[in-house]
Amino acid sequence: MTSTPRTLFDKIWDDHVVVAEADSPAVLYIDLHLIHEVTSPQAFEGLRRRGLRVRRPHQTVATIDHSIPTTPPEVPIADPQAARQIAQIEVNCRAFGIPLHGIGSATRGIVHVIGPELGLTQPGMTIVCGDSHTSTHGAFGALAFGIGTSEVEHVLATQCLLQRKPRTCQVFIAGYLRKGVTAKDLILGLIAQIGSGGGTGYVFEYAGPAIRALSMEERMTVCNMSIEAGARAGMIAPDDTTFEYLADRPYAPKGAAWDAALQRWRALPSDPEARFDHTITLDATRLEPMITYGTNPAMAIPITGSVPDPADVPDLGERQAREKALRYMGLRPGQPLLGHPVDVVFIGSCTNGRLSDLRQAAHMLRGRRVKAGVRVLVVPGSQSVKRAAEAEGLDRIFREAGAEWRESGCSMCIAMNGDQLQPGQYAVSTSNRNFEGRQGPGGRTFLASPLTAAAAAITGVVTDPRTLLE
Amino acid sequence: MQPFTRITSRVVALLIDNIDTDQIIPARFLKTIHKEGLGQHLFADWRYDPDGRPKPDFPLNRPEARAAHILLVGDNFGCGSSREHAAWALTDFGFRAVISTSFADIFRNNALKNGLLPVVVDAATHRQIGAMVAADPSTVLTLDLAEQSLTLPDGQSVRFPIDAFNQRCLLEGLDELGYLLKQAPLIEAYEAAHPARVDTRMMEE
Repeated sequence: MTSTPRTLFDKIWDDHVVVAEADSPAVLYIDLHLIHEVTSPQAFEGLRRRGLRVRRPHQTVATIDHSIPTTPPEVPIADPQAARQIAQIEVNCRAFGIPLHGIGSATRGIVHVIGPELGLTQPGMTIVCGDSHTSTHGAFGALAFGIGTSEVEHVLATQCLLQRKPRTCQVFIAGYLRKGVTAKDLILGLIAQIGSGGGTGYVFEYAGPAIRALSMEERMTVCNMSIEAGARAGMIAPDDTTFEYLADRPYAPKGAAWDAALQRWRALPSDPEARFDHTITLDATRLEPMITYGTNPAMAIPITGSVPDPADVPDLGERQAREKALRYMGLRPGQPLLGHPVDVVFIGSCTNGRLSDLRQAAHMLRGRRVKAGVRVLVVPGSQSVKRAAEAEGLDRIFREAGAEWRESGCSMCIAMNGDQLQPGQYAVSTSNRNFEGRQGPGGRTFLASPLTAAAAAITGVVTDPRTLLE
Repeated sequence: MQPFTRITSRVVALLIDNIDTDQIIPARFLKTIHKEGLGQHLFADWRYDPDGRPKPDFPLNRPEARAAHILLVGDNFGCGSSREHAAWALTDFGFRAVISTSFADIFRNNALKNGLLPVVVDAATHRQIGAMVAADPSTVLTLDLAEQSLTLPDGQSVRFPIDAFNQRCLLEGLDELGYLLKQAPLIEAYEAAHPARVDTRMMEE
């Protein structure tokens, strides 16, 4: 190996190249393959057609999250298509010997929540899943990215992927977040700055004091939404925060294996002289709570701001996209969002459905009431998150405030499971996408942090959470 | 995979930037366990009114769209979800190529694996094609993959980029899995030198 300074990404890439890139793309080895019910059935169908087995079933792990209802477990699945899809992954996991954290399992949950909480996600790994928010796992200093179903089949069959080496981009976040400003606001602020295609072709490495100060759960929120800027992946160098999180997790190394792993992991951060293909900087101290006004996550503004006028956008395509977005959202240029009525509040998803997110929302809602006429869904990211939240009484705070406390899953983030907006409704949502119809046909989404979502639940209108924090 | 060599076809234009895969195929249609039959749901929320009737002014519903195999779209097409159902819906509808100024990474990968050619052109060419199609919906383009050329009705031709490996796979209709499976000895050698970093087997509860 040369002594050329390398980035975190370079080190992981080099360590996983089975066949080097030439005329053909590199053959890249995958350490951990996560699968779920929606993007895997056609891949298993392909394996069967070719008479192939799963090469490494014990480097593969399955769960059920997208189409599963968040109603109590004893309620049967009403949607026959969802029931069939869920039955199919059960059949496939049995047939191919893949561990499944399925219905009734205490460890079931959103795939990007359970990987980290079980300690399956570890620094230096390559991790893929047929889901774009696989970038979440990059928070541990892993190279993690979303793939299509054909690639799911490739990894099942060969534990490898054909990949061209992406370019690297350092995203340097200077300063520190102020009170009431969260990791969600940080990533929305970044995406608003660079656009929803601003990261295309790149792997992001987030760095700087604001990133170092984040907890693992906050880092996951940041890395999770890398894909909303088009980035292939988002990564954060592992440090003591990472190691403290991982220690004693069920699937994390133990004893001497832990010590050996720690030694490898400490060598992962980018070398001081390592060069990135591109660098972006953002000042955390200038960030405010952010909220989206349009139909992609880049259409975001500080919550005290007003809706930008599409006429001010020089690029024709972008201008038309913004005009279309405002028509869909029923908003006017120059209009403030503060005070805008809200019908539904959704707190959950792989972006903001972990324990610390629920704690923030509960902190805001403690001793307060949900505004009459507003529906509030609180959906833990996993059954483990649900149990942990219940152990500290968060479920009681939510219920007493008038919110619904539900079983875990993707729920209203993707609206495949019956949890959805009605046409025309407005939601403040802690999820990751405000695309047209994402939360139900005709539904209109304002993306924001759990604090901002909880504030809207109390007032019934878009509210600056800082005004409700003591 | 159906090989892609050369097509000559009319063009359907959807000149909107950042068309995400939730628009191409809304999530409620992802509950299928098969690849087939998604073309009827392509752009469902833009194409049909809430009662399921086709909106006559939506480009895909116009008569001239029937036999079109080329889709012209705005920048950053296919952003968002990794769902390969987006590529399956486009090919099931009959599209063989999509022209844009840029594509989201995962969508581009998915398209290439399904014989759907993503063609990147510069902004000026994109505007020119858009204007031609707007003026005359029967405008016909030719895409020649071996030559990497896009030819306009006036004979003007522009070259588009494509990865040499993807080009070969598309031209010959080869799928990548066949290529990967041939690497088995090298994968075995890698695994012998690198013990598995994790074992996902269920723990005692």
